[in-house]
Amino acid sequence: MCVRSGRFRLYAAVAAGSFRRFATYRIATMAGVFTNTVFGVILTYTYIALWDEKPGLGGYDQAQALTYVWLGQALLTTVAVMGGGFEDELMRRIRTGDIAIDLYRPADLQTWWLAGDLGRALFQLLARGVAPMLFGAVIFQLALPGDVLTWLATALAVLLGVVVSFALRFLVALSAFWLLDGTGVAQIAWLASTFFSGMLLPLNVFPGALGEVARALPWSALIQVPADVLLGERSGAELAAAYAFQAGWAAVLLAAGRLLQAVATRRVVVQGG
Amino acid sequence: MRAGSADGPLERARDGLRAYRMITAMWIRSTLAYRASFAMTALGNLTATALDFVAILLMFSQVDVLGGYRLPEVAFLYGAASSAFGLADLAIGSMDRLGRRVRDGTLDTLLVRPAPVLAQVAADQFALRRLGRVVQGLLILGYACAALDIAWTPLKVLLVPLMLVSGAGIFMAVFVAGAAFQFVAQDASEVQNAFTYGGNTLLQYPPSVFGKDLVRGATFLVPIAFVNWLPGLYVLGRPYPLGLPSWAAFTPPLVAAGCCALAGLAWRAGLRSYRSTGS
Repeated sequence: MCVRSGRFRLYAAVAAGSFRRFATYRIATMAGVFTNTVFGVILTYTYIALWDEKPGLGGYDQAQALTYVWLGQALLTTVAVMGGGFEDELMRRIRTGDIAIDLYRPADLQTWWLAGDLGRALFQLLARGVAPMLFGAVIFQLALPGDVLTWLATALAVLLGVVVSFALRFLVALSAFWLLDGTGVAQIAWLASTFFSGMLLPLNVFPGALGEVARALPWSALIQVPADVLLGERSGAELAAAYAFQAGWAAVLLAAGRLLQAVATRRVVVQGG
Repeated sequence: MRAGSADGPLERARDGLRAYRMITAMWIRSTLAYRASFAMTALGNLTATALDFVAILLMFSQVDVLGGYRLPEVAFLYGAASSAFGLADLAIGSMDRLGRRVRDGTLDTLLVRPAPVLAQVAADQFALRRLGRVVQGLLILGYACAALDIAWTPLKVLLVPLMLVSGAGIFMAVFVAGAAFQFVAQDASEVQNAFTYGGNTLLQYPPSVFGKDLVRGATFLVPIAFVNWLPGLYVLGRPYPLGLPSWAAFTPPLVAAGCCALAGLAWRAGLRSYRSTGS
C-alpha cells in the first residue's frame, strides 16, 4: 500500500511537471488560442451554410452543429488530434538511445509518459480550450448544456478520449524502435486521426458504410464521442455505452502498447545500447 | 552596412535571388539523395492536403449547393486557393521557423553571412515535398475546369494563371509579414498559421458562405480575397461580394505587388529591431 501511494505520488509529480512545462509557453498559448478562434469562426460559417441547406443533418440542429465546431477547436490540442504531444520526444529518445536511461528508472515507461500526457492535456484544455469556447458562445448561438451533470459527463468522456489518443500515439512512438525514423508512421497516424476523429466533419454526417466504420474506429473516441455527450445525444444506457466504447479501445490499445514495449525493451537489451 | 550587401535595391534583389537559388538547390540535391523517401513524403503531403477537399466532398454527398454554389464551382475556388497557397508555401513556407531562430539565437549565423537574411530564411530547409499541395490544387482546378460549363474568353483564360501567380504573391507577403511579427513575438508562430492556413481554408469556400464583416476583413484588411475570390468569381460569372466593381477581378497583380512591398518594409523594421540572445 505504501509503495502504491509512493508510485501514485511519483506519477502525479510527472503530470504536474508536464502541466507546468507547457504553462511556460505563454505567448505561444495565446497565439494558439487566436488560431483556434479564427478556425472556429471559418468553420462556423461553413457549418451554417451546410445546416441551412439541410437542417437536422446528422441528427444535429444548427446550434448543436456550431457547438460541435467550437468543442472541436477546444479539444484539438487537448486530445492532440494532429499530434504534438509527447511522441516526438519519445521517438527522439529512442533514436538517440536516451531511452536506455528511461528504462533504468524505477517507473513504468508507459505510465510515466501517460502521466506526462495527462498533465499536458489538462493544461491545453484549460488554456486553449476555454477561451475559444467562450468566444464561440458569445458570438454565435450555441447549444451548451445548462446542467452541471452533463458537463461532468463530458469531462469524463474527454479524459477517456485523451487516454485513447495517448495509447495510439504511444504505439506510433514505439514504432521508432524498429524504424528508427518514425516520421512516416507519425504522418499516417496524424492523417487518420484528423479524418476519423470527426475533426473535419462530424462522423454522423459521413455517408453510409464509411460513417459506420468511422464511428467504430478508436479515433471517434477523441472528438465525436465527447461532443455527443456534451450535446446531450448520449444519456442513460447510451452514455454508459459511450464510456464502454472509449474505455474498451483504451484498454485494447494500452495493452497493445504494453506488449510492444516488452518486445522493444528486449531489443534494447540485445543491442546493448 | 552588412558585409557583401550591394548598394542599390536592384542589386540587393539580385543578390537575394542568387542566394535563394543556391540554398534551395542545395536542399533539393540533399532531398533527392533519398528518392524513395522523397516520393513517399511528397505523396503523404498530397494526401494530407487533400483531406480538406475530402471533407468538402463529404459535405456535397449530403447537399447539392453550399452557399448557393455547386461542387464544381467550389472546386474551382478550392483549386485556385490551394495552388496559390501551395506555391507560396513551397517557395517560402519555412519562414515560420524564424521565431525559433530568434529564440535560440541561430539567426545570428545568418546575419554574418554575405547574403540577404530574408533570402536565407526563406530558402532555409526548403522542402520540395510541398509540391504535393501544388499538384493537388492544380488537379482539382483541372477537374473544376473540365466539369464546369464556362464560356471561355481570352480574358478569362489569361486570368487563371494570373490569379495563381498573384495569389502566391499575396500569400508570400502574408508569410513574410508573419515572420516579421516573430521578431517581436518570438514564439507566436501560430498567429501566422491563422492567416496562412486559415486564409487558405477561408478561400476554399465561396464568399457567400461567410459573414459580411469577415469578407470585408479578407478584402480590405488582409486582402486575400484577391487571391481567388475576385478573379475566380469573374471566371465563374458570379457577382462579387460587397458590390465591388467588375474591374476588381484584374487588380490581383497590383494588390500582390503592394502587399509584397508592405511586407518587405515590415521585414526590414523587424530585422532592425532584432536583438540577439547573446548565447
